[in-house]
Amino acid sequence: MEILVCARRVPDTSENEIQLNSAGDDIERDELVYSINEADNYAVEEALQIVARVGGNVTVATVGGEDDEEILRREMAMGANHGVMISDEAFSGSDGRGIATILKAFVQKGHYDLILTGIQAEDGGAQVGGMLAALLDYPFASLVNSIEVLEGKKLKVSREIAGGNKEMNEIDLPCVLSIQTGINEPRYVGMKGIRQVASVPIPTFSASDLGLGANAVGEAAAKVKRVDYFVPALGKGAEILRGTREENINKVLELVAAKGGLK
Amino acid sequence: MARIFAYIVHKAGVPDDSAFELAAAARKIDGAASPTAILTGWGADLDAACKTLGASYPEIWKIANEALAYPNAELVRKALVKVLPSGSIVLVPHEHFGIDLAPGLSIKTNSAFVSDVLDIAGVEGADLKVVRQEFGGQVSAHVRCDISSGAVVTIRPGAFKAGEAASGGGLVVDKSNEVGALAAGRRYLETVVAEAGDVDITKYNVLVSIGRGIQEKDNVAIAQELADAMGAAVSCSRPVVDAKWMEKSRQVGSSGKTVKPKVYLACGISGSFQHLAGLKGSPFLIAINKNPKAPIFQVADVGIVDDILEFLPELTNKVREMRSVA
Repeated sequence: MEILVCARRVPDTSENEIQLNSAGDDIERDELVYSINEADNYAVEEALQIVARVGGNVTVATVGGEDDEEILRREMAMGANHGVMISDEAFSGSDGRGIATILKAFVQKGHYDLILTGIQAEDGGAQVGGMLAALLDYPFASLVNSIEVLEGKKLKVSREIAGGNKEMNEIDLPCVLSIQTGINEPRYVGMKGIRQVASVPIPTFSASDLGLGANAVGEAAAKVKRVDYFVPALGKGAEILRGTREENINKVLELVAAKGGLK
Repeated sequence: MARIFAYIVHKAGVPDDSAFELAAAARKIDGAASPTAILTGWGADLDAACKTLGASYPEIWKIANEALAYPNAELVRKALVKVLPSGSIVLVPHEHFGIDLAPGLSIKTNSAFVSDVLDIAGVEGADLKVVRQEFGGQVSAHVRCDISSGAVVTIRPGAFKAGEAASGGGLVVDKSNEVGALAAGRRYLETVVAEAGDVDITKYNVLVSIGRGIQEKDNVAIAQELADAMGAAVSCSRPVVDAKWMEKSRQVGSSGKTVKPKVYLACGISGSFQHLAGLKGSPFLIAINKNPKAPIFQVADVGIVDDILEFLPELTNKVREMRSVA
């Protein structure tokens, strides 16, 4: 099975306090730790596990720039066969539809049986996978938390729905799936593994390589634009206990007992 | 202003709460609008849902088709594309079905798409301005969306308060004949109900709930010791289950369990809306997190900025001390 995983590099919210810059038009990016988007990493692991069972290749592609190459190398160190950079000045300012349009053009340059994306990026809208499927006229399933390869160019997939229940579906290949976190246990990648793929060439595709005109993607085509970031006015907000740890512990116990929690 | 439609999720003849929240969101986009409900399904369940919607919507577009008895997003999309007037604004709840449906619908209706909207900031010229959250709710953003050729907008459940039944009327318009035969590359098989798990977290008055801040599997014992001392249970947020540190049956949230404890100790939990959606009955919420900017502090009753790996063991010792005296 030939599998394409679309991945992104994002600020890692578990490692960072996200703050606004002084102009308020962006977050403060200078000190941020970036990594592969968490759900995308699960998607790559899933692709590797499918290929281990049924054979094939895993290609990881990202729409981005020079800085984003590190996540391709990381996923290649995990075991992805190929990394691909899709990069062009003309792509900057693309909205979700623009990114899906770029990916569609890339997909049509190859032959993929299965295309995976993460369900959502930290700063994203859970949109690109579903848009890409619609542009390609492929079937689509979101929030996928298990994949079984069936005979006859089909998969059995489960979707995570409310209350921890699973919706089971059969889906024809080729298709697009957006992967939910927790579907597997992504393997560890050490520095040694990354060094081993450090000099593997990563092909780059530009707008003209993909036959994309400037009016189809990028800022000019974007119907959706972020205007600014802001920190919303808090609701009531918590009463923050500012005592010593011992005082805080005593207060917590007092509160738990008062609210009927300790018998 | 374009016509506004609200896509209604319903089950067993009952519209989802989101049905009434979408009506409120529509009125915030256009105060003069009378949004139209649109829903798909089959048989008596569909008719019962249409009837209930009459109290909140002046007009209800019904698409009855046996293939839509279970909502398969690809089939629903194909039906909607045939029925929706071009340039429409379509509101969809941002839950597991809406996430499946909405992005592809925007492509096939050639309209703009904006997801998981918490608030409507207004309409300026051809642009709808909305509020979204990013980075796990740590920051919000204003987003402009050019709606001149229509839009698909997903609305966060619970973000808009269902209003008074201001403009009912309930005229049901049957659009079924415009749809025809439907087929999809994806077929629904069955729903598998979640396993019960060893501990039923919905039965406890106090939950010691842990998040990513617990850092590693071995540290779960720290929370378990506190829970044992207090007669509480340990629950958790999604990252803990994703990392396989606890079973899915312990997860609180929209994709996990809904709980109603008296006291909820959120330990190292950032407080995403999906997590908070699993907390009902207004428990007394105590948050302990070393990040003072964690969104959980916006909704907690009491907050403590501290490292749970140090705070919880000391709290456990104090509880044990108290118990041994008593």
